[in-house]
Amino acid sequence: MTQPPRPREVGQSRPRIDGRDKVTGAARYVDDLNVPGMWHGATVRSPHPAARIDSIDFSRARQADPEVAAITAADLPGPNVVKLIAEDWPILAAEEVHHVGEAVAIVVAPTRERARAAADRVDVTYTEVPGALTLDDALRGDPRVGGQVNVLASSNIDWGDVDQGLADADHIVEGEYETGWQEHIYIEPQGMIAIPQDDGSVEIVGSMQCPYYVQHALAHALSLEPDMVRVRHVATGGGFGGKEDFPDMLGAHAALLARKIKRPVKIVYDRHEDIVATTKRHPSRVRIRTGVAADGRLLAQDIEVVLDGGAYITLSPVVLSRAVIHAAGPYACPNVRIQGRVLATNTVPNGAFRGFGAPQSQFAAERQMDRIGRRLGIDPYTIRERNAYRVGDTTPTGQVLKESVSAIECLQEAETRTRFRERWQQFENARANAPDDGRPVRGLGLSLVWHGSGFTGNGEQRMNSPVTIRLNEAGAVEVRVAATEFGQGTTMVLQQMVADAVGVTAADIVVVNPDTVEVPDSGPTVASRTVMVVGGILVRAGKGLADQLMQFAKSDAASPIDCGPETNELELKAGQLLDESGAVLGSFSDIAAAYVASYGTLDITERFEAMPGIEFDEETYRGAAYSAYGWACDIIELEVDPDTLAVSLTDATLVYDVGKAIHPAMCRGQVEGGTLQALGYGFMEEIKLKDGAYMNDRLATYIIPTIRDTPDMDTVLIENPTPSGAFGAKGVGEIPMDGGAPAVLSAIENATGIVAAGIPATPERLFSDRMAGRVVSNDRAGSAKPAEGGPA
Amino acid sequence: MTLAYTPSNLDEALQILADHPDTVLVAGCTDLMVVDYAMGRRHDAVLDLLAVPELHGIAVSDDAISIGATTKFREILNHAEVQKNYPMLAEVAGTVGGWQIQNRATIGGNIANASPAGDSLPVLLALGAQVEVRGAAGPRIIPYEAMHLGYRRVDLRPGELITRVRIQKPAANTVQMYKKVGTRAAQAISKVVVGLCATIVDDSVAEIRIGAGSVAATPVRLDRTEARVRGARLEPSLADEAGRIASTEVAPIDDVRSTAEYRSFVLGRVVRRMLLNMISGETGPNSTAGSGS
Repeated sequence: MTQPPRPREVGQSRPRIDGRDKVTGAARYVDDLNVPGMWHGATVRSPHPAARIDSIDFSRARQADPEVAAITAADLPGPNVVKLIAEDWPILAAEEVHHVGEAVAIVVAPTRERARAAADRVDVTYTEVPGALTLDDALRGDPRVGGQVNVLASSNIDWGDVDQGLADADHIVEGEYETGWQEHIYIEPQGMIAIPQDDGSVEIVGSMQCPYYVQHALAHALSLEPDMVRVRHVATGGGFGGKEDFPDMLGAHAALLARKIKRPVKIVYDRHEDIVATTKRHPSRVRIRTGVAADGRLLAQDIEVVLDGGAYITLSPVVLSRAVIHAAGPYACPNVRIQGRVLATNTVPNGAFRGFGAPQSQFAAERQMDRIGRRLGIDPYTIRERNAYRVGDTTPTGQVLKESVSAIECLQEAETRTRFRERWQQFENARANAPDDGRPVRGLGLSLVWHGSGFTGNGEQRMNSPVTIRLNEAGAVEVRVAATEFGQGTTMVLQQMVADAVGVTAADIVVVNPDTVEVPDSGPTVASRTVMVVGGILVRAGKGLADQLMQFAKSDAASPIDCGPETNELELKAGQLLDESGAVLGSFSDIAAAYVASYGTLDITERFEAMPGIEFDEETYRGAAYSAYGWACDIIELEVDPDTLAVSLTDATLVYDVGKAIHPAMCRGQVEGGTLQALGYGFMEEIKLKDGAYMNDRLATYIIPTIRDTPDMDTVLIENPTPSGAFGAKGVGEIPMDGGAPAVLSAIENATGIVAAGIPATPERLFSDRMAGRVVSNDRAGSAKPAEGGPA
Repeated sequence: MTLAYTPSNLDEALQILADHPDTVLVAGCTDLMVVDYAMGRRHDAVLDLLAVPELHGIAVSDDAISIGATTKFREILNHAEVQKNYPMLAEVAGTVGGWQIQNRATIGGNIANASPAGDSLPVLLALGAQVEVRGAAGPRIIPYEAMHLGYRRVDLRPGELITRVRIQKPAANTVQMYKKVGTRAAQAISKVVVGLCATIVDDSVAEIRIGAGSVAATPVRLDRTEARVRGARLEPSLADEAGRIASTEVAPIDDVRSTAEYRSFVLGRVVRRMLLNMISGETGPNSTAGSGS
């Protein structure tokens, strides 16, 4: 008996498993959880960017509320460090504070209100000292307070002979580009509960991306063995990288308080505190000198990348590494020099944020391509089409791109859908003759980006992450990995991929909630690695499970199936065991039940295996920086109000090569949501500093796009598979963050002639750019000239 | 602990206020609660003006409209007479915060809160509104341009509260224009807000009032711009000149939302555009509407 095979799970857009609970409010986030006897923590923070701590006095707090307990750096049981890459980030400031908002003490009380009131009554006296408050200070060489070295990290790439390439060029084009901070604005602020156990261990429950990072950091901070720190993930409302690093800090605070008072302790930040205290995207300055041939081919690129690291190293070296590797954009060039540095300032440490350095450096790369095009009289499409990577090209790390290179395909598809070249030229012409009727002026902008999937270089080999698939007592298949669901759809795609690997349906797969006592350390949920890398290892494990069960079915005495001796090839498909003719021999569930009855549960554990030939030298930055790259072309159409320079985005055409869309609806969701975050970064989201403090530290002042600011999106997923990813998939989480900002600025330039060098391109910034003469140089009149009615 | 008074009529409210002059008057609380939480501020006593029936509702007469202090922006926005004869007021009511805010926030609260960025305040200036206040000593009528004494300070004496806002019905040949330049397309706080009310006779501007917000410590009338335009013939050069004067007669500041130079620039551009639109006849509602919800 044969029946038509059910469609594979991969490639289907089924309703999300967690959708109903989250929409109805049934999902329980950390602040919904109450543990018996639980108290609440609050944090005393520095108002100064650089100061010595003279004294910390709790007497007023204790007088007002005698139950209050407190911890300072002097009370720590272990090293005063949140262990990430370096060991410089203190859990609590000891002798000096290095940024506004730095934690100086933590207090705990029976209610959140009392805890916050107590924190307000802690009297800390400081002596302010000079520091490097801004990136300009740091570039001048001012050290961060305390005489610390000013350079937190550096990375260099040197490929070919840049000086010769520049000497050979017909044109030298120079540009300097600037990007600002970005705050994650995950919908759920940071929160953690720590529950001390009788055996001296501690359980951490909270909102996070990386349970094992929290475990490692806390084991270090508390001087405990790792298995004495149990970390359990609960429903998490967004991360975007912001819950990669900071939960280590918050987890440490909660655990320290809990162990001190021997009670569970919860700390949940409100939005204001979350913005004030937690990591941001690194601001950047990028300088590029490009040598170009008369026909527009790139001959040499000399690039300097500077990132503002804030007060501590956190993840800056790896952010810089990715920034540097992506800094020349997706363009072939025989001679490339990239020099990157992260400088220290007395601001909140900057850390992980979707894109991880690549949005900053590619913003510069893309604006530079527009600048080169203008110099040579070539439109933004053509200058990119001429230089974009093809199969066989070599990157600045010397990596030959052998497969899954879709830059040209993305460009062409975007052009076909928008008639970009023709309409861009129309808007160019219209700009020169725009009537002053108050009507908005229109523009089109384009960007082309690439993004390496998974960890940089040998990161995956080094982690050697294990995953486990278990056939459990009930005969169901469990996925045991540390990959967390924080809205991006991890649970769903893991189910789909493992279902196909084993040959069952998604409903047969149980994804075990990440908990360090239940799941192996399959690595952090970062770097667009979950589908491509963790998924790839799981597929091998899933196939291993299927093979073992088919072997059992075929040859074990306890098998419920009579295959007959002549059957060689068996296949599991959608929960049915088929022979080579496609006839159904039995069901997966019967075989699984028989297996478990005879042998008990079955665990299949697999680890990362690199693709052959994928090697990277981290000293010289030579080799395959990533085993695969995603490619994307963004085209943005917008209107600018000529009176206010307010930008309104009308249309976005988003063409993304994702390798394989495991769940197409969620994959588009990643592209569209990520693009909106990138657009906000480009023209709206801004943090200004005043005396070292963020001015925009609330949602009333840190402006993110609403649906009214969102363009219509025409999203195209191209599937150009890579053999290095599960089902051919490449990472999709981060690449949508790369292209939005430069495309917006390109479109603003097309509409107004204003060549905005930096983001966010707020109306204020566009105005000052125009007043400073940063306009398209061949614009004679029209909108490039300060308009009547202005103060000039 | 906060004591909350809920008087059942205006006299009772005034008596409570007379007996307990430190009582904080509250209505929609849309700004108050945000600030209270941010500052960790608590009040000993509040008086809920929403409980006072005399303060609520819109009364229409042949020559004017009278809006109770606790009338919500949503009610103003939906009111037929407001839409017909005071379109600028309907328009501003639809740009205050978002829908949830418009359902709670009151016009009296917007006045008493006295934020320089309060959206409705320049419109009240342009419409020549009068504020009726009442205290133990009886009622007073305050012309709107005398209402704001300084940064977040209004002309309310101890024991007084705002009862109504009265606006004379504009003449038939009056144009009304409103523009909010906000930080985004919806749910925005103003960077510059302008209300303009002008009477046109024989292609000349017989009378004009221009109110501007977020460009000074209080909402302000653009006196010099008005003086230049009043009595002048409507032509493009007048619009250009009015824009130049407007951009220089205020001294806005840099703050978290915008810059002084941009605010000056945009104020001039908006005023100029309003006059140009008067010339071209594009004076209907939304002709210069920008950000709103």
